[in-house]
Amino acid sequence: MGRTRENPEVHAGSMADIAFLLLIFFLVTTTIQTDVGLDRKLPSDDVINHINVNERNVLRISLNKNDELFVEDRVLKIDELKRLAVAFLDNGGATENQLRCDYCKGARDPKSSDNPQKAIISLSSDRDASYGTYVQVQDRLALAYRELRNREAQRLFGQDFTVMEEKFYAAETKETEKATLKANIERIREMFPLNITEAELNVQSQKLAQ
Amino acid sequence: MAKFAKKKEGDLPAVSTASLPDIVFMLLFFFMTVTTMKDSSLLVENTLPNATEIKKLEKKDRVIYIFVGKPTQEYQKVFGSEPRIQLNDKFANVDEVGSYILAERAKKPQELQNVLTTALKVDKNANMGLITDIKQELRKVNALKVNYTTYEGDAFNNLQ
Repeated sequence: MGRTRENPEVHAGSMADIAFLLLIFFLVTTTIQTDVGLDRKLPSDDVINHINVNERNVLRISLNKNDELFVEDRVLKIDELKRLAVAFLDNGGATENQLRCDYCKGARDPKSSDNPQKAIISLSSDRDASYGTYVQVQDRLALAYRELRNREAQRLFGQDFTVMEEKFYAAETKETEKATLKANIERIREMFPLNITEAELNVQSQKLAQ
Repeated sequence: MAKFAKKKEGDLPAVSTASLPDIVFMLLFFFMTVTTMKDSSLLVENTLPNATEIKKLEKKDRVIYIFVGKPTQEYQKVFGSEPRIQLNDKFANVDEVGSYILAERAKKPQELQNVLTTALKVDKNANMGLITDIKQELRKVNALKVNYTTYEGDAFNNLQ
C-alpha cells in the first residue's frame, strides 16, 4: 500500500467505522429466507381408526384424477369450498343441551354437523390427483377455519386469532402476556378444532354401528 | 514526453487505496449474510405450490426435508419422467423414507428428537399417490408432524 505522503489525502480513518456500520445494518435487517408452508399432523399409526361418527358430522371431500373436487358426491368449484366448509362447521345442528353450540351462527340444519367439535372433514384424493390442487384444497379449508376462529376471537377477545398467534410466537412478548394468550388461543382452538382427516378412516354412520 | 512530465507536477493527489480492504470486507460480509448455504443440490424439479394460510418453518435444526418431483432434464434419461423422491443427494424409493427419517432423527440431539418436523417439498405437478405413500411411511416411523412447504401466494395459481 504505497502512499504519496506529501499529498493531502482523503481522511480514511473512519472508513472502517462506516464499513462496520453498514455491516451491522445488513446483519440486522436481512434474514436468511425461511421456508413457509402448511403445518399438519398425521394420525398415529397404532391407533385403530375405527371411530363411530354420525354421518351428518362428516363432510366428505374428494379429488379425482382429473383434479375435480367432489363434496358429498357433487362436483364443486374450489372457490366455493370455503363457504361450504364454513357452513358445515358453523352449522350447530344439535339441540340437546350438552351438545348445543352457543356461538355457532350457522343454519342449524339438523341434517348437517352437530357442533364444530364433532364436525370432521374427510379429505381423500385419487392417486393421480395433482399435489398443487391438494394443497389448494388444504389451503381453502384452513381459510374456512381461520375465518371462524377469527370471528370468535374478535367476539371474545377483540382481536383476530391470527394476530393472537403471531403475538404468542413473537419473541418480544412478555411471559405473563404469553400465558394469557396461550389460554385464549387454546380456548379458540377448542371451539373450532382442526379436524381434517385423510386416513382411510372408517367413518361409520350410526345405522351401521347399531 | 516532456509535455506529460510537466503536467504531472500540478496533478491531483492519487486516490487513497487504504480503505479498499474495508470495502472488500464489507462486500464479503454482505454476501455472507444474505446468501444461504446449499446443503443438497436438487435432482428433481421443485416448483412448490402456492398457499396463503401458511406458517413459517422456523428453527432449521428441527426439520427433515424430503423432496419430491420429476427428475430434472439431465436425470430423466436414467430415471424417467415420473415423479421421484429425493432424500439427501440421491433418488430413493418409498420404502427408504422410513429408514431415512430414523437415521436423520438419530443424528439430532436427544432433546430435539421428539419435536422434529418433516418438510415435504413437493413439486406441484407431482401426483398424490406418491405423497400418500410417503405419509404412510412417515406414520409408520411416528414422524407425524409434517409441513407441506409452499410459496406464499394465491393458491389459484396452482392450476397452471
